[in-house]
Amino acid sequence: MSLTESQIERYSRHIILPEVGGKGQEKLLAGKVLLVGAGGLGCPAGLYLAAAGVGTIGLMDRDVVDLSNLQRQVAHHTPDVGKPKVESAADKFRAINPDVTVRTYRERLAAANAPAILRDYDFVIDGTDNFASKFLVADACHFAGKPYCHAGILRFDGQLMTVIPGKTACYRCVFNAPPPAGAVPSCSQAGVLGVVAGVLGTLQAAEALKFLLGKGELLTDKLLVYDGLKANFRKISLKRNVNCPLCSESPTITELRDEAPAVCACARGERC
Amino acid sequence: MRLFINGEAAEAPDGTAVTELLKLRRVSQPDMVTVELNGEILERKTFDTKVLKEGDRVEFLYFMGGGSR
Repeated sequence: MSLTESQIERYSRHIILPEVGGKGQEKLLAGKVLLVGAGGLGCPAGLYLAAAGVGTIGLMDRDVVDLSNLQRQVAHHTPDVGKPKVESAADKFRAINPDVTVRTYRERLAAANAPAILRDYDFVIDGTDNFASKFLVADACHFAGKPYCHAGILRFDGQLMTVIPGKTACYRCVFNAPPPAGAVPSCSQAGVLGVVAGVLGTLQAAEALKFLLGKGELLTDKLLVYDGLKANFRKISLKRNVNCPLCSESPTITELRDEAPAVCACARGERC
Repeated sequence: MRLFINGEAAEAPDGTAVTELLKLRRVSQPDMVTVELNGEILERKTFDTKVLKEGDRVEFLYFMGGGSR
């Protein structure tokens, strides 16, 4: 693949970086990244990946755009309310950069569809909004051998970690299993400052770009914790857990299964 | 004794176990936190019996699920 004149101009601020150059830009154009979730994290991640010229972006989400999404899900605009999120976001990604092929999957990631979808991608970004999905992304990437970047956000806080399956600490090394239903509030219950989604989603995109370029150090064996109120970032060192149910030498999870979706406390008749 | 909790120095009575520390730190729902002690993730079933020592480095790692909706 060689860059056209228009591509050399479009990506000139990348190409001038010694760590990227023309070769690196070609790697990005050949790269394939799957976004699981086209919401608060997936929108900023996808906008930057599209702008960066990541050649293939997969976009997976079952929901439609709701008015309450627009405070943080920056690829969806007011006229998009009611449209499938994957279509709304794909339109914006294509408008930013016609070099990018956007593939849309209007479905939820599940044990049944994950292996076939993940197979095609180099890197996965977890932009899901619930623990059943977060653990499924972790497990699916483990079994498919796909590197991925986890992020979670709540109120003014966020967290991030990148996982290279079988080599670095995984999500289950830290968070063994989904928390009991109702123990952890969701953003819809507890709120989230919109920009926190932008901070964490953009960091996920940075991890994907570094992975595709093969440059820098990935955020592996570390949990990055962001405190938006204090403008504080901390990196906590992690090790692979010898008791990990997924990636230890004697795992208890040996095949991909759907986690039961957590039942919100209000669904059990309690107040959230 | 002096501990380092989430990177900051903090005092706790001698003989404090992890479960007690969670209470002292007003972690109202211990189910929503993973505890790392001196770089190792602790198994939840040891929280009651694991007694902390002077200089221990404790990290509370919270479940954070949001992202999409």
